Amino acid sequence: MGNFIISKEDWSLHRKGELDKERHQQKVREAIKKNLPEILSDEAIIMSDGKKIVKVPIRSIEQFRFRYDLNKQKHTGQGSGETKVGDVLGKDGSNAKGDKGKGAGDMPGQDYYEAEVSIDELTEILLEDLELPHLKNKSYDQIKNESYEFRDVRKKGLKGNIDRKKTVYEALKRNLLKNRENLFQISDEDLRYKTWEIVEKPDSNAVVIAMMDSSGSMGPFEKYIARTFFFWLVRILKLKYQNVEIVYLSHHTEAKEVSEKEFFTKGESGGTRCSSVYQLALDIIKHRYNPNLYNLYAFHFSDGDNLSSDNELCLKLVRELLNVCNLVGYGEIEGPYYYTATLKNEYKKINNSNFVMVTIKDKIGVYQALKAFLKKEN
Amino acid sequence: MEELAYLEKTAEEIEKIASNFGLDFFPIRFEICPAEIIYTFGAYGMPTRFSHWTFGKAYHKMKTQYDYNLSRIYELVINTNPCYAFLLEGNSLIQNKLVIAHVYGHSDFFKNNWHFKNTNRQMLETMSVHAQRIDEFSFRYGKEKVEKFLDAVLSIEEHIDPFAEWIKEQKAEKKVKDVMTPYDDLWQEINPIKREKEKEKKPEKDLLGFIGYNGRYLEDWQREIIFMVREEMEYFWPQLKTKIMNEGWAAYWHIRIMRELDLTEVESIEYAKLNAQILHPSRYSINPYLLGLKIFEDIEKRYGREMIFEVREIDSDQSFLRNYLTKELVEELDLYNFQKVGSEWRVTEKAWEKVRDNLVLTLNNCGFPYIEVTDGDYAKNGELYLKHRFEGIELDIYYLEKTLPYVFELWGKPVHLETVVDRKNVLFTYNGEKHQRKLIEKSG
Repeated sequence: MGNFIISKEDWSLHRKGELDKERHQQKVREAIKKNLPEILSDEAIIMSDGKKIVKVPIRSIEQFRFRYDLNKQKHTGQGSGETKVGDVLGKDGSNAKGDKGKGAGDMPGQDYYEAEVSIDELTEILLEDLELPHLKNKSYDQIKNESYEFRDVRKKGLKGNIDRKKTVYEALKRNLLKNRENLFQISDEDLRYKTWEIVEKPDSNAVVIAMMDSSGSMGPFEKYIARTFFFWLVRILKLKYQNVEIVYLSHHTEAKEVSEKEFFTKGESGGTRCSSVYQLALDIIKHRYNPNLYNLYAFHFSDGDNLSSDNELCLKLVRELLNVCNLVGYGEIEGPYYYTATLKNEYKKINNSNFVMVTIKDKIGVYQALKAFLKKEN
Repeated sequence: MEELAYLEKTAEEIEKIASNFGLDFFPIRFEICPAEIIYTFGAYGMPTRFSHWTFGKAYHKMKTQYDYNLSRIYELVINTNPCYAFLLEGNSLIQNKLVIAHVYGHSDFFKNNWHFKNTNRQMLETMSVHAQRIDEFSFRYGKEKVEKFLDAVLSIEEHIDPFAEWIKEQKAEKKVKDVMTPYDDLWQEINPIKREKEKEKKPEKDLLGFIGYNGRYLEDWQREIIFMVREEMEYFWPQLKTKIMNEGWAAYWHIRIMRELDLTEVESIEYAKLNAQILHPSRYSINPYLLGLKIFEDIEKRYGREMIFEVREIDSDQSFLRNYLTKELVEELDLYNFQKVGSEWRVTEKAWEKVRDNLVLTLNNCGFPYIEVTDGDYAKNGELYLKHRFEGIELDIYYLEKTLPYVFELWGKPVHLETVVDRKNVLFTYNGEKHQRKLIEKSG
């Protein structure tokens, strides 16, 4: 007989790795929250084009320690024969090890931890501090809306709706009671199903009018910022509210209603007359959305470079919008060119708590704008 | 159960062959584990180790690679007596044969290599006790607080010195204590050794121990954690020092043992494939299995089999490579040095001495920067002065500035680190609020 033992144990209760993994993922989530302003305006997300999962680079989830600068170190490797001095093994950012971006110097190194998150998850994190403000119950005759909610757990149901937690719990309970050796055996009688109920929710009756300047002076950066803002706004609204209608208006000297897709993809050129879009918004409200029945929100993004003769009219129309809307938001994107007489200066004359104006200078400003427009009321 | 019986028969056969080859090993406990478990052990370094999110991160990464079939740990050997070997559930029989043969190589190495002479062979139990203590602390002082403290301790875990002066003192002191009365520790309060130590300004490599021993702002539980982590690192250190040799030795023996086994044709093909996977060269690093194996085979060719047993007893990776990596081997294995040139990683050297010397250099201090405490009472203000012993490779400054706050957290007073940047001596300081760096005169 040899001097050894071979055995096989039941490891099913050994959960340490899984638990610490969860703790790590929780930290990743915290890091995402902390870096939300940068992450939100990440190109990879806005351009993800329907892809549900995106890779988000997060800083500071590394385990820091004193270590050598990999970029300044000589490494040793092994070829499959005939490797020559001068051979290139890889490029920065490719598969070579230690492709860590900046090393010594004043810039922080770029040690990214890439986490996979879904856009829905990001939206949920965002939602923790945001909502449509000044929402009022506008429906006279209690217009209600049907929605489904998983509320009940039953013994019969559809396969796809198995409630795993409850099922496992039932199995454990049964096996424990019967003193079984294998606690994790699930039988048919343990199965529990989630079942939905139809609930009636009062409709929020919210309409968002998304207005974007698409004139020639709006460069790629300005358009990108405006799109990023609306990208998130639309997602937040869709997730949080039943039946939010969104109207997309795009304008240069003339305004027109466009589809969601056009709004986010099409560029235009030409001069700028912002009043055109406000006028269109007012017309649409008048014909389709009675302010007595709807919560109306209007957001407009522009670089502020408006035809100066038009500014006075703009001011007047914004005031009209304020009469019918719960909130009017104006975001001015400060591009590389500096305009002295921008719309912003004109709008400073407005003194109304339902008017919110923000200036966006960089990508991080998108998050700030979202926060300014959608801040929670206490 | 049939599988176990068959494995038992195989292991018995393999053990006999290994003994006949002259291998000298601890008794072995083989355990068949599911992937989650084996990857947990891989990430933690030990089945019984304490909990921390960094292990969870490592576990997640390893497990994901396994799930996507990118890598596989077939086995894990724990250096204890008896030796524990965990086999991956789902290994094919031939995989298990190879792995068992490999395990006998590791066990022989652990038992006989000089660097493991002082290893605590009950580390499985010791770490289990540590884990329990840390759980208790988490319960008593709060999970977050303990986690945060561990973050700091782990950031300097590799800065220890198994031969530190104060360790010897502490051990001697403990011996004295053992023979006298249980109240002797009262004397310590009157005549604390640490006060004396602080005055000394001899460079101390054991940063972790130094802080644990001299840190004035540590609570008892924190000090205890420091010494637990330090003890665990002391256990891992010889393994870090002998990785190439240890893997090479195990590979050398699994090949020889497998040759003695009666394999069917199908098994032989599967074995050959598996072996090729294990010994696959790596473009961006060194495959320790392959390099170690080739050197051992070369030593045997040149000096006979007795010699490899001697080498496995006395060398560590650094001396192993310095003494036995020859020109012929470097050329045969197509080893090269590469580094970053602009944005490209380029092969820069092929000359065998350069390759050998670079390997030896990067293995200094197990690949970690060598940092010493040169003053525990800097500026007469109890500040901590650290000095990086510069060996030609600069530190990662971003990492450095992220790590200093951890050291500050442990020490409780401003922390300085002197190193070389662009050929100039630079002092990095973190005072609890902000970073500062300044050029300093060459101290020699």
